[in-house]
Amino acid sequence: MADDELIWRIAGGSGDGIASTSQNFAKALMRAGLHVFTHRHYPSRIRGGHTYVEVRASADPVKSRGDGYNFLLALGDSFARNPQEGAYYGNEEVKPLSENLDDLREGGVIIYDEGLLDPADVPDFEERVEENDWHVFPLDLRGLAREQGREVMRNTAGVGATCAITGIDLEWIEELMADAMPEEIFEPNLEILETAYEQVSENYDVDAPDINVPEGEHEEEQLLMSGSDAIAYGAIDEGCRFISGYPMTPWTEVFTIMSQNLPELGGISEQVEDEIAAAALAVGASHAGAKAMSGSSGGGFALMSEPLGLAEMSETPVVLIEAMRAGPSTGMPTKPEQGDLEHVLYTSQGDSHRVVLAPGTVQEAYDHSRTAFRLAYDYQIPSVVLYDQKLSGELTNVPASHFDREPNPTMGKTLTEAELEEQPHTEDGKFLRFQHETDDGVSPRSIPGQKGGRYLVTGNEHNEAGHISEDPDNRVAQVNRRFQKLDAIRADLDENSLLAPYGPEEAEYGILTFGSQQGTVEEAVDRLNANGTSVKALAVNELAPYPVESVEAFVESVDEVLVVEMNASAQFRGLTQKELGRYGEKLHSLLKYNGNPFEPAEIVEGFETSIVEDGELPGPETKFVPAAGD
Amino acid sequence: MSAFSAIGEEREIDRDEYTPTVEPQATWCPGCGDFGVLKSLKQALPEVGRTPEETLLVTGIGCSGKLNSYLDSYGFHTLHGRALPVARAAALANPELEVIAAGGDGDGYGIGGNHFVHTARENHDMTYIVFNNEIFGLTKGQTSPTSPKGHKSKTQPHGSAKTPIRPLSMALTSGASFVARTAAVNPNQARDILVQAMEHDGFAHVDFLTQCPTWNKDARQYVPYTDINDSEDYEFDPTNRADAQELMRETEDKLYEGEVLTGIYYREDDRPSYQEEKKQLGELPEEPLAERYFDEDYDWERSYDRFIDQHK
Ligand SMILES: Cc1ncc(C[n+]2csc(CCOP(=O)(O)OP(=O)(O)O)c2C)c(N)n1
Ligand code: SF4
Repeated sequence: MADDELIWRIAGGSGDGIASTSQNFAKALMRAGLHVFTHRHYPSRIRGGHTYVEVRASADPVKSRGDGYNFLLALGDSFARNPQEGAYYGNEEVKPLSENLDDLREGGVIIYDEGLLDPADVPDFEERVEENDWHVFPLDLRGLAREQGREVMRNTAGVGATCAITGIDLEWIEELMADAMPEEIFEPNLEILETAYEQVSENYDVDAPDINVPEGEHEEEQLLMSGSDAIAYGAIDEGCRFISGYPMTPWTEVFTIMSQNLPELGGISEQVEDEIAAAALAVGASHAGAKAMSGSSGGGFALMSEPLGLAEMSETPVVLIEAMRAGPSTGMPTKPEQGDLEHVLYTSQGDSHRVVLAPGTVQEAYDHSRTAFRLAYDYQIPSVVLYDQKLSGELTNVPASHFDREPNPTMGKTLTEAELEEQPHTEDGKFLRFQHETDDGVSPRSIPGQKGGRYLVTGNEHNEAGHISEDPDNRVAQVNRRFQKLDAIRADLDENSLLAPYGPEEAEYGILTFGSQQGTVEEAVDRLNANGTSVKALAVNELAPYPVESVEAFVESVDEVLVVEMNASAQFRGLTQKELGRYGEKLHSLLKYNGNPFEPAEIVEGFETSIVEDGELPGPETKFVPAAGD
Repeated sequence: MSAFSAIGEEREIDRDEYTPTVEPQATWCPGCGDFGVLKSLKQALPEVGRTPEETLLVTGIGCSGKLNSYLDSYGFHTLHGRALPVARAAALANPELEVIAAGGDGDGYGIGGNHFVHTARENHDMTYIVFNNEIFGLTKGQTSPTSPKGHKSKTQPHGSAKTPIRPLSMALTSGASFVARTAAVNPNQARDILVQAMEHDGFAHVDFLTQCPTWNKDARQYVPYTDINDSEDYEFDPTNRADAQELMRETEDKLYEGEVLTGIYYREDDRPSYQEEKKQLGELPEEPLAERYFDEDYDWERSYDRFIDQHK
């Protein structure tokens, strides 16, 4: 194995500590100076069942999970056996070993826990090892952990063994364990780590697999963060101090992070009875003068359609998060998909509009979370941050300075009492909240309790004073004013846009994508260019209002475009075509919807076979849909 | 100076202040019981000492939801059944506001039933008025959750097979700390009950019997009524939960037999409101959230200062 990157996969049962172990391992590698990226695969099950996490580490920035992997730590599923009945869950016992072999690269390493796994039960194990030139290290990790402390610490033993084989300095792990663990469990863990390291170094030829764990150095301090962390921090930095929600995977991550942080910051978190209530609370809190957010995943967001429309009609700023997972209905709770795009764009009745931003990276998750708040409050409109299970859970290193931003607690066009005095009022002193004549469609608002700001707001169409009105002239004036905000937002977004094509400017071909596929597409672009195909990419992460000009310029500048997205109905391509009004003949789709995100190689292959060679894709994993014509 | 100087302002309040000058579109039919609620509320608010600008009235959808158009305060006319979640968030964000939610029986006990149970359980410090006319008014006379069994309407032409909901018992079992019933035909009692409901610290539920002469012609006009807090026949202690439960059951049966009992059934004055409980847990700030955004001297903490270490 002479890859210049390590992609380490730790596999076991849900509840076996796979997530925390991998997180610590990733952090240790980051501290050692490497760029890291994690990918998490887990079933919708709390304990047991096959789960794994990959940690990819390289000296250069990494943007995706990569293709396959080269180091397996198969811990065994300690929940595969049902202790009460002495029963087995089918072949689950050996899944941490058997299920992972397909993606292991040639020359890769396997460490497995002899205490829990028997390769005799794994079909064709010996043959496959031979065929692929894998290096196998059977170790009694469970026994070792038991001797020194507790069985659950076999993860640590596995990490110790990993370090012995890869040459990763134990110090990085030790230092991290010292930071992350309380004293009483740190000591036995340290013991186990070192013992495993020594046993492997002494008893095995650790130099046999040719492993080059790269060395790297960071120029500045790095943080290990997920998309969910970044969204939560963006919201907090933007002055959000109210969140209401109802748990649903994977939105729960943002909800949890916010709930754990807000009380300390003098904010409020409410777990409520359902998602209708959750979004309605955010609307109520915002009306009463707080920066507020709520959110959910597909099914829960469906319930939010009502309060979302109310926020739009009442011009109450609010931020909603939509963390997509595979649908429809309850779908696949722990698997990513980008199938809710149209749902988020078009939900709610009438000519309804909102801002929709879809961050593509952890950094962007922070930026877009802030932008979503800024736009919502500046323009009194709901904004949605649309992301998915992939971005929500993957961890990657980001420079600490990226988060080093000033807090922005401003409320947009919200008036002080002094300013309210200058505003037009009715004869009896009622504030004209919904004035028709404004520069950007935004009429300033007051907050209940302010002197001179009294007004009525309703989800019905209403006149300038907020009274219900079905007067046709007023209706047109109000609709036009609400629409006018969209132009202002588009101009604002353009001015502060994060959109930038990736790859050679003069490229012959283009790839369009949105959201969490950005990094994978960029890696694919690098490889395609290295292979001699001239390609650039544009991740359209501002979806509503749609950046027509930027996308048009991009599409114009290339011969053919591949549109990459994770759903079966090419929703993003549909949106693009609708917004641009033409170019249907240029836009080809590459789709994936089996519950796993794209790997860079799939995009490379899809691009080469379908666009360059005009052929058919081989496997059922991805689907190519040729251009439609206008 | 507070950014919300209308709050806590001490002055004589004229009930006319609550009357909007912009005439609302005539939405309520002549003789509608809803006018009675409006009248009592306009009398009660000055008595509690609440000005229009420190009062936030959040309504649902229905004829009842139009209350906002007739009462000049800060107001939010929301969605069918959703007044409570909007209102309780406002009460959390700014506990110093006088937050009143209002809606119909369809709105509050039907589509909004889930929110009712949970808002009562959490004991939010607010007042909830349900205009109970035993019918869907605004959508033209369909059977509602409080319509009597056997009630015929266009959507239940053979008569409803459903037992009506018991809003008082429901509020009590859900955890409301103040439960009362009053009637539009009884403005003085209604005013007094609303005053006490607003002064109560916690979730005050007032089931307000109103008549809908347009769609519910059979509806008894809730006269004669008996005020249980005044009547010698009904000696009981409204702080005793078991008594309250028993009496509510009786009342809720009798309503459909033509005997109307009204009054305060239950009050629990020593129970802290949700706001108070949350404050004690350190989960609700001392000052209204809204104040902060107007305070130029407020020290906004940055997330990374406090939490970023765990990512290093
Ligand atoms: C989600 C939703 N469903 C249905 C309606 C239609 N709707 C408007 S008012 C109403 C019933 C109102 O009845 P009630 O709450 O008893 O109030 P009333 O009109 O009798 O005062 C209904 C069903 C709506 N506006 N929204
Ligand atoms: S329909 Fe009934 S409830 Fe509605 S306004 Fe008329 S009388 Fe009142």
